[in-house]
Amino acid sequence: MLTVHEVHKSYRTAQGSLPVLRGVSLRLGSGESLALMGESGSGKSTLLHLVAGLERPDAGSIQASGRQLEKLDEAGLARWRREGVGLVFQQYNLITSLDVGSNLAFQARLAGRYDPQWLERLTVRLGLSGLLRRYPEQLSGGQQQRVAIGRALAARPPLVLADEPTGSLDEATAEEVLGLLLELVEETRCALLMVTHSRRLAGRLGRCLQLRAGRLEEVEG
Amino acid sequence: MQSLWLAVAALLGHWRRHPMQLVGMVAGVWLATALWTGVEALNAQARADYARASAVLEAPVRSRLVPADGRAFDHETFLQLRRKGWRVAPVLEGRLRVGETTDMAVRLVGIEPISLPAGARVAGQRLEDIDLAAFTGQPGQAWVAPDTLRRLGAQPGERPQTTDGHRLPPLMVQESLAPGIVVVDIGHAQTLLDQPGQISYFLLDTDHPTALPAELTETMRLESEEEGELQRLTDSFHLNLTALGMLAFIVGLFIVHASSGLAFEQRRGTLRIVRACGVSLRALMGALALELGILAVAGGLLGVMTGYVVAAALLPDVAASLRNLYGAEVAGHLTLSPWWWGAGMGMSLLGVLLAGLSTLMQVRGLSILALGQTHAWWSRFSVLLRHQVAAGALLVVLALMAWRVGQGLLSAFVMVAATLLAAALFLPALLNGLLAMVGRWVRRPLVQWFIADSRQQLPALSLALMALLLALSASVGVGSMTAGFERTFIQWLDQRLAADLYVTPRDTGHGLAIAAWLQAQSSPAVDAIEEQWRAETRIGANRVLMQGVGPDSRLPRSWPLLEALPDAWALLTNTSAVMLSEQLARRLQVRPGDPLDLPVAAPGRSLRVVAVYADYGNPTGHMLVPLSWLRRHFPGARLAGLAVHLRGAGTPVLAQRLQEAFALDSSGVVEQSVIRQWSIDIFDRTFAATRAMNVLTLGVAGMALLISLLALAGRRLSQLAPLWALGVRRRQMAWLSLAQTLMLASLTTMLAMPLGILLAWCLVDVVNVHAFGWRLPLYVFPGQLLMLGCMGIGVSLLAALAPAGRLWSVSPAQLLREFSRDA
Repeated sequence: MLTVHEVHKSYRTAQGSLPVLRGVSLRLGSGESLALMGESGSGKSTLLHLVAGLERPDAGSIQASGRQLEKLDEAGLARWRREGVGLVFQQYNLITSLDVGSNLAFQARLAGRYDPQWLERLTVRLGLSGLLRRYPEQLSGGQQQRVAIGRALAARPPLVLADEPTGSLDEATAEEVLGLLLELVEETRCALLMVTHSRRLAGRLGRCLQLRAGRLEEVEG
Repeated sequence: MQSLWLAVAALLGHWRRHPMQLVGMVAGVWLATALWTGVEALNAQARADYARASAVLEAPVRSRLVPADGRAFDHETFLQLRRKGWRVAPVLEGRLRVGETTDMAVRLVGIEPISLPAGARVAGQRLEDIDLAAFTGQPGQAWVAPDTLRRLGAQPGERPQTTDGHRLPPLMVQESLAPGIVVVDIGHAQTLLDQPGQISYFLLDTDHPTALPAELTETMRLESEEEGELQRLTDSFHLNLTALGMLAFIVGLFIVHASSGLAFEQRRGTLRIVRACGVSLRALMGALALELGILAVAGGLLGVMTGYVVAAALLPDVAASLRNLYGAEVAGHLTLSPWWWGAGMGMSLLGVLLAGLSTLMQVRGLSILALGQTHAWWSRFSVLLRHQVAAGALLVVLALMAWRVGQGLLSAFVMVAATLLAAALFLPALLNGLLAMVGRWVRRPLVQWFIADSRQQLPALSLALMALLLALSASVGVGSMTAGFERTFIQWLDQRLAADLYVTPRDTGHGLAIAAWLQAQSSPAVDAIEEQWRAETRIGANRVLMQGVGPDSRLPRSWPLLEALPDAWALLTNTSAVMLSEQLARRLQVRPGDPLDLPVAAPGRSLRVVAVYADYGNPTGHMLVPLSWLRRHFPGARLAGLAVHLRGAGTPVLAQRLQEAFALDSSGVVEQSVIRQWSIDIFDRTFAATRAMNVLTLGVAGMALLISLLALAGRRLSQLAPLWALGVRRRQMAWLSLAQTLMLASLTTMLAMPLGILLAWCLVDVVNVHAFGWRLPLYVFPGQLLMLGCMGIGVSLLAALAPAGRLWSVSPAQLLREFSRDA
């Protein structure tokens, strides 16, 4: 489903070039889940952004759902983000001008994969049925993150990318939200790549990789 | 104290990072102050000149004696009055055309300083300070204001020639004299005006009785001294200008309010930290107030200087308007008092304080923790919308009350102002309602987002959109009014100017000789000569020019009537009837069918009003009376003009021959087409200042929109980044943003059209009636509306281009920063 091969990425800073990823490779199949760990600044989010098509690698290749992402132009990358991935951010990043119902349906409609029955099931599963007319600012953090998960899964993308999705939540809520995410990922048989700092949460996913000095290491157990 | 300076330093750092906001704030204050002070400079200059004009003769004078028959007094009457013990001072006044190279009309005032009451002042000079021998002797002195000297192109001591060939006494500058006035000794005035031994009126000092003895009532009547007549007449004009200036000022303050509000939103974090670090609320408020003060002084200084430039640029047109509408002379250059400069700075400070007050109140009302909370745009905006709608509804009630109950010009302006402000307050709610309605119908996600996000932009853009609404509706209203007036005026002019040639003789004898000469012409042959017999009188406080209409007059063919009894013209020439100009009829509160008493001896004192006609642009009351009645009651009536109807072509040839035969200058013989063009030119110039103010206000509104959009652009990234992450391209986002602004501006423009037409109705049907005394038909010009609509959208497009361009070129890295700080 997803193959990342020898990907390099560095940023230009006032002090010169700052390498963040130095030949990262990984594979992820449909229905699999993978936790990505690492210290702050280790490049976890950068790798996630590259896979999401938000950034381009300096070198290497990223193949996802039959697409070579590094070869896509901006329109192609936008199409990939629309149809190929579901994104869940730490800060939720909901569209504040739309109510919960519209936020949930937004990406599915954009991708042309709007399925009202699936969305209704998703809404019920996420416990959002009574909140559809509310605006993001009227929700708690946990509720907002559940909307973000619903939005990401509404289009049934083959790949879900989550960047510390529970980073802004308390422990109990984080457990609950992650549980929901994992259940839905399993139900939709999509692949999940999740960035997290929490070893405990990472342990709930199928595999765990650690980014250290720009390279990936397998984490046992 | 140190905490105050630390807070100021922390706050000022914001402007380094957001220079466009700083530009916006200063530009808002600058433009608001510039347009307001510009208008006030014009008003101040005009009022100072009126004051000087009414102070040509400052004397302890109760009233004046004027001839009852409209003629002048002779010297014998003066001697008789003196013999009876009346301490009267004779004055001769008249119009004089002066200049060999520049033909300028001046008001000549001839006085006799010796007979003036003790304590009197002439042009600010005490009687005892006047060199009587030099003033009254030969060659005498002609006192003029510096502005008059400049316009005459003369130097002090020079003796310019009048168009009649006389030479003025040597010119002497009197600083406190009003422009357009020449003061000379009465003997010199009688020579210059060709009125030997004639006196226009006598000034009576305060010791005299209030009533006139019976033996004098046949030949003269008492009139109260006119107190500031020019101020009264021109009040409406200045109120009009003030209203436009205030509108521009408010539009400018919208920019300041928008910028300061945005700066507050962006500095919530800074404010929280500053407070958390121990700066007291009082010190923080002080720091914000100081910051506003610095901005007000910077913008105010620029504004006052620019206001001077704006006023200097508009002054010639305003002076021409005042001269044409009211016969008021205003200097062609500005001389402003320190008060004006101070008032400009004061308005700047007050305006900024008002505009920034809500920010200060927000800071005062929020706790340290609340300062850092996310801005809950929707709930706040909903509350704001409700308050705005409630305030708008109150203003509508006020406007209706001013319309139905109020009287006078002030209530008319209250109605206009309340209507405009109510519409501005309703605008965000209307736009929000419209967008919400459309939002329910759309299903495509990007369109749904487009509509919902446009609603989200409303809190930040509503002030700029209000400014656009006000500026555009003012342009539509004033534009419709002036274009409608122009159409009515030209139609009226074409009907009134029915003759081919208009001749102004020097006096009655001269006129009769010209008429006889014209009758004898064969090529081109004269079809008819309309003799215009005129006399002046006063009805109450109104100066009235009467014109006689004979039984064979051609006026019925060409004189349009607004309201008339059946067979009004037959009634006028056959019975004791009168026709009045619209403004005079309104002032006297009479209508066709009503009786009207005139200040003449009975019988024949009471006439019946049979018609009312338009007489646009004439500050003096005008009246048509039967010619026989005029000659009987006003033996002094003079043949003031001849309207010559010709058979066939050849008007220029006849005009040329007439000039040669009777030594008339070009102003004495004028072809119809020349008068028509001259009148239209005057009309255009009269509204030039109004048009300029409209364009400037629209420009300020465009600036308000630009600054709001630029300031918003930074905040937009965080709203647009999720959209980009979900698969919308950056260029698409730029187009969408541009389209959003254009949609909001277009909706505002569409709403401005009916509001502008409502404003035009207020102007032609209510304000004009109070201001000038005439009501105009309301015309709607679709072409003009379309042009103004395009201008409004064009201004918005220009304002939206730069922020959209920034979105177009935003890098992914900038967008990523909005949701990722973890590299």
